[in-house]
Amino acid sequence: MTAVIFYISAATATVATAMVISSRNAVHALLHLIVSLLAIAVIFTLYGAPFAAALEVIVYAGAIMVLMIFVIMMLNQGDAAVDQEKAWLAPKNWYGPALLTAILLVQLLLLIFSGAEESAQRIHYIGPTEVGIALFSHYILAVELASMLLLAGLVGAFHLARHKRIETSEAPDAD
Amino acid sequence: MPTETLPDLLTGLTLSAILFCLGLIGLLVRRNVIYLLMCVEICTNAAALAFVVAGAHWDSSDGQVMFIFIITLAAAEVAIALALVLQFFRRRHTVDIDQLNGLRG
Amino acid sequence: MQDFFAPFLAWIPLLPLLGFVLLIALPLFHLREPPEAVSAVVGVGSVCLSALLTLLIMWTLFLNNPSAVLQVSLWQWLKVGALQLGFDFYLDWLGMAMLLVVTGVGFLIHLYSAGYMHGDDGYRRYFAYLNLFVGAMLILVMADNLLLLYLGWEGVGLCSYLLIGFWYRNSANGDAARKAFIVTRIGDTAMLLGLILLFSQFGTLSIRALNTAAASAPANNLTVTLAALLLLGGAVGKSAQLPLQTWLPDAMAGPTPVSALIHAATMVTAGVYLIARMHPLFNASETAMSAVGIVGALTLLLAGFSAMVQSDIKRVLAYSTISQIGYMFLALGVGAWTGAIFHLMTHAFFKALLFLSAGSVILSLHHEQSLFSMGGLRRKLPFTFGCFAIGCASLAALPFTAGFYSKDQILLKAWEYQGGFNGIWFTGILGALITGFYSFRLLFLVFFGNDGPASAQCKDANNGVMTLPLSVLAVLALFGGLLTPPLQRVFTQAPAGHAPLWVEGVAIAAPILGLALAWLLFRHNTSPMESRGKSALEKLWFSGWGFDWLYHRLLVQPLTSLARINRNDILNSIYNGTAFICRQLHNLLSTSQNGLIRWYIASFTCGAIIFLALLVVL
Repeated sequence: MTAVIFYISAATATVATAMVISSRNAVHALLHLIVSLLAIAVIFTLYGAPFAAALEVIVYAGAIMVLMIFVIMMLNQGDAAVDQEKAWLAPKNWYGPALLTAILLVQLLLLIFSGAEESAQRIHYIGPTEVGIALFSHYILAVELASMLLLAGLVGAFHLARHKRIETSEAPDAD
Repeated sequence: MPTETLPDLLTGLTLSAILFCLGLIGLLVRRNVIYLLMCVEICTNAAALAFVVAGAHWDSSDGQVMFIFIITLAAAEVAIALALVLQFFRRRHTVDIDQLNGLRG
Repeated sequence: MQDFFAPFLAWIPLLPLLGFVLLIALPLFHLREPPEAVSAVVGVGSVCLSALLTLLIMWTLFLNNPSAVLQVSLWQWLKVGALQLGFDFYLDWLGMAMLLVVTGVGFLIHLYSAGYMHGDDGYRRYFAYLNLFVGAMLILVMADNLLLLYLGWEGVGLCSYLLIGFWYRNSANGDAARKAFIVTRIGDTAMLLGLILLFSQFGTLSIRALNTAAASAPANNLTVTLAALLLLGGAVGKSAQLPLQTWLPDAMAGPTPVSALIHAATMVTAGVYLIARMHPLFNASETAMSAVGIVGALTLLLAGFSAMVQSDIKRVLAYSTISQIGYMFLALGVGAWTGAIFHLMTHAFFKALLFLSAGSVILSLHHEQSLFSMGGLRRKLPFTFGCFAIGCASLAALPFTAGFYSKDQILLKAWEYQGGFNGIWFTGILGALITGFYSFRLLFLVFFGNDGPASAQCKDANNGVMTLPLSVLAVLALFGGLLTPPLQRVFTQAPAGHAPLWVEGVAIAAPILGLALAWLLFRHNTSPMESRGKSALEKLWFSGWGFDWLYHRLLVQPLTSLARINRNDILNSIYNGTAFICRQLHNLLSTSQNGLIRWYIASFTCGAIIFLALLVVL
């Protein structure tokens, strides 16, 4: 049963991701991305990490994607953008990246399966309690650093996104 | 509480590799900045998946801790990047990443 | 008495050097060119003082004492391992004879120059160089070790270069100066090698120690021969002997008093002095001695033939100088040390006189130097004519002139060499005949016959400061034969034997025969050679036996063509190539730095692929 759910989720995630990178409409792409993220959240649950799954849904599929939605709305490109995407996504543009990435994938898989003898081991359940204990004991310093990173991101984003009158693109910022 | 054995380490890592490569293809092919950001999210998410899978396999909470840090990083990165995209669009009226080549040698 | 005079010895070269420093430093105090009188007083005065000092020392110490020796050690110069050299001066009668010539004749020529160079832009510069020259020459003469001698040797070479190219605005003069410098440098390099060889062999550069060591070395020692030949190389370069004689005729580009002082009286005889100074070394090697003699004999003849056909008054004198120094080398080669130095002295007198008189003629004719433009000047320049005639007579060694005594001594000694009739002696006699011929050809062409084209504008340019040196030199050229330096203690040589009377007769007759020939051919100044053009032989002689052509073909042209091949510096192309490759790589990397983020990501991917491939393979 778990296996079936896993494969369905994995297939959903893969297909949704493929849709993301080939979609021509930004909002559609974003929706596909959310589907993909939700599918990965399911996989997290299957791997005995419910806390991670919850964060995936709340932070990724929730907060971050909403942020992107906002930005797409603010850019408001409309149908012209779709036509442009069509032009940019001509089939010949796909060959090179696909080849490179295929090679990379083969290499990754080769590396992953070179350690195959240990794969039969069981999966362990790790609940929020253990994660919380680890975070606030062993990783407390990193948590503080992460909080500062978020603060810096907040301030930086606020500063950068301010709508200032723009004289010329080269003009220095006049504060 | 041990779960069933099927979703093992190799399957999870394989999925993570596939997702990462899909994101990478997107990064290489797309020219719209918004798509690029989404592809970056796919890549980081794939990496986070690998951490969680590994943590589950080795019975360690470190995998999920790392996932939390990655998610934090992604949040900060997306916030800054989107602000930059907004400014870029305001100044150039385009979202083509290839127009941002002012640092060419 | 000797201790009292020893410190004064150092002042002899120091005074002209001080004069040089003062002359070049004068504008620093005045911020403008000093008047000619100041330059002349400093330049002439310093040499005058050292001449007086020399005379004083000569008078009090040397006059009645043939074995007088004066030495002073000023300071340690170099001290490296076994090499210990000092600024040591050493004076014996050989040095004293040279000292008298250099300061005495030098002073007279300085005095003459004060009049001759009047109105020249480089008046002060001229006297500065001249003083530096006298200083360097005095160091050369008084040096107690070979390296100090070499210092003076190079110093006079430098001054020779500076003064030949004195009128540097004419590029031909610069070329002549460079030629002189480079050709003598070939000889100097040989000499330096000789010095190094001597030091490595004997462990000292002190002249007296070397002479003692060489005298006690086994006969015909290879090292001694080689060292002597290398020193001969230096002497040959400096004294313009075969095969390095080509620079001296061109050196006439300098002012005429310079030709008199440097290229006739003093510097070019430095080679003779060097060989005389090192005579025990040369005595120890028969090969070196015969080399000296053969070089002298050949040069004597070749230069004499060239002098017979020259058309420029100074070039005749230049070739005659080469020829007369050939006599000195011949004398050295046959062991007539005293004769060589004696001839050096008399030659300094009469050749300086000839050059200075020629300078007067040239100045009177407004810098006309072609013989065939002159003629009949006897009536317009009677004083100069008198001086010139005395000089020619002395040069040709007519009986009872100064040149006669010295040349006669050499010829007698040459006769004794190999005990009787021999090639060297015969060359000497032939040379005497040629000398008589060309010196009187010169005299007749300039002063006899009809007026030449330039004679019409003749205006006697002699003034007081010029006539005084001419008069003194004329007296010396006539009676200088009585001033035999007492060199018997310096050179231990066998007393002269008795040659048959007819040998003496031939030696007297040869120049007179030359005179007669010149009289027949050039008395009327209308040279038959001039009217019918030159034969091939005359052309060969005129060009100085084609040595310039030969060296040009043999040395200069291969070098220039090599240089042309290597115009872009073949070796440098390695470095240029490296730079080129770097630049191309830079361009390559620069194009890869194209500002496209997707391109960078692709590069990341490639890098990751390569890295992972390494992991997979290993």
